[in-house]
Amino acid sequence: MADRTQDTALYSSTQILRRTQRRHLTPAGLFGQVIKYVLLIVLAISFALPFYWMASSALKDDSQIYSVPPKWIPNPAHWNNFWDAWNVRNFSQFSINTIFQYAIPSTIGTVLSSAFIAYGFARIRWPGRDTLFFICIMTMMVPFQVLMVPLFIIFKELNWINSYRPLVVPAFLGSPFFIFMLRQFFMTIPQELSDAARIDGASEFGILFRVILPLSRPALTVVALFTFIGAWNDYLGPLIYINKMEMMPIALGVQELQRAVNETGTNPMVYPHLMAVSTIITVPIVIFFFLAQRTFIEGISLTGLKG
Amino acid sequence: MTLQRWGLRPKYRNLLLGLIFISPWLIGFIVFTIYPLISSLYYSLHRYDLLRPPVFLGLDNYITFFTDKSHTPVVVYNTLYYVVLSAPLGVVSAFLLAGLLNTQIKGRSVFRAIFFFPAIVPAIVTAQIWRFLLNVQYGAVNGALQGLGLSTIPFLSNPDLSKPSLILIHMWAQGNAMLIFLATLQDVPRSLYEAATVDGANGWHKFRYITIPMCSPVILFNLIMAFIGGFQNFTLPWLISGGTGGPNQSTEFYSIHLYRRAFQNLHMGYASAMAWILFVVIVAFTVILFRSSGRWVYYGGAAE
Repeated sequence: MADRTQDTALYSSTQILRRTQRRHLTPAGLFGQVIKYVLLIVLAISFALPFYWMASSALKDDSQIYSVPPKWIPNPAHWNNFWDAWNVRNFSQFSINTIFQYAIPSTIGTVLSSAFIAYGFARIRWPGRDTLFFICIMTMMVPFQVLMVPLFIIFKELNWINSYRPLVVPAFLGSPFFIFMLRQFFMTIPQELSDAARIDGASEFGILFRVILPLSRPALTVVALFTFIGAWNDYLGPLIYINKMEMMPIALGVQELQRAVNETGTNPMVYPHLMAVSTIITVPIVIFFFLAQRTFIEGISLTGLKG
Repeated sequence: MTLQRWGLRPKYRNLLLGLIFISPWLIGFIVFTIYPLISSLYYSLHRYDLLRPPVFLGLDNYITFFTDKSHTPVVVYNTLYYVVLSAPLGVVSAFLLAGLLNTQIKGRSVFRAIFFFPAIVPAIVTAQIWRFLLNVQYGAVNGALQGLGLSTIPFLSNPDLSKPSLILIHMWAQGNAMLIFLATLQDVPRSLYEAATVDGANGWHKFRYITIPMCSPVILFNLIMAFIGGFQNFTLPWLISGGTGGPNQSTEFYSIHLYRRAFQNLHMGYASAMAWILFVVIVAFTVILFRSSGRWVYYGGAAE
């Protein structure tokens, strides 16, 4: 922390240095700047263009979709495609399944259990703790493929196939990745706060809920956000456990729609409908991302720094 | 509090409390990790199709995998091809994007958002977009090529091009690694660059002798994550090929074949054996990367 003032001083001196440099931009420097912005803009366009293509194709009809050369601006724009596509398959049902049966329960489960477990690993000193924590981290190395077959057999025995229980129940038993992240965060909270609460007669549960969790809101938001989006985006989990149409999440619903392309080749309006549904399910991600951009960026940066 | 009343010594009190707090993980660990690991090993030594009871085969499943001529060679070739190319290329593209974002530019947060976004889009959407975009007849890319008077490229329908196309899509969705690199780059002390400037170093020298060494632990981290992810690559090729692993088996990757064996052919034992082989390969790969990292990873003042 003491370095910070030094860093700030250094930073401001660099700023001054930069400013003076910019005033006397040499022709070579100017050339470099131009190259850099051209590169950035070309890259940005190529990164964003697929999404533009998706959204614009969602508004086309078949004659525009199959036109050569491709039409970049749909004219006329068929806004009713969104509504039609949503009802080609029962996407209202699929999205209700995704949100209420999967995303919300697994988010609640993961946040609660991971915080609880992380507290045991971060704020209480007990023999064997670090060994168990190491084992917890190591379980992340086990490829899902190894567990996939036995888990399917377990859940089949339990009669949990075609329900969201195989995906939601384990969430209530913590996720090693988020346990790790929350533990790192909890360890940065000064021990004095816990000690003061202890003197005031708080139990460990009281300390977790009244002291630690209120101070950990940013980290908990990251966990909630990542879990929710993970469930929204998940494909392999539902693919294994769910095959009844009325139980499907959105991802499997889109796949059902895609199958129409594979099997019959060129059904009318298949591509506009696929693009329309894809656009609709991307919108919540866009909204989440712009509402919580800083949380996202800090959360992901956090995960890498311990490498 | 209540535990103190039981008259437990603080050491045991803390042990008990600690175990209470981690008990959900402990239960999950035993039920959903340890037990499946053991039973997976058990199934890998048996023939099991979910309907009839398992039949003991010894190491037959493993032997079959290594001697099989019709699937194993092509599946292993596809997977190694993908892993060996996609992991380094993905890391390089993430690193270069982060480096570009870390220079003095206007509108950095806009560019950062654009480069990051493909990483959080659902795989099913990524698959739909690229299937359509790269379609040889109706796709925008080929349409543009035709518009320029060039011939079309069958990105996804030609077995020689399907894997490179998947690697390209992989490089497009490197937002996570990019953000991790960006955070690391921002942590490199400016004083190092200034000292180098004083010593007369040019941009390349600074990049080669300051930026790369200071980022090398994170490069290793991202590389290992990319290798592990590459070996397990399933969702995108599965969706893009419509579950076929095509064209002509060219995207039949290890995890796809394993899934097919388990859930389409109900060869649960054989799939378990494949899974254990994959596990061993991933662990071996990680250990080798770690061992070799002593030579090129610099653990100086960088964050641990």
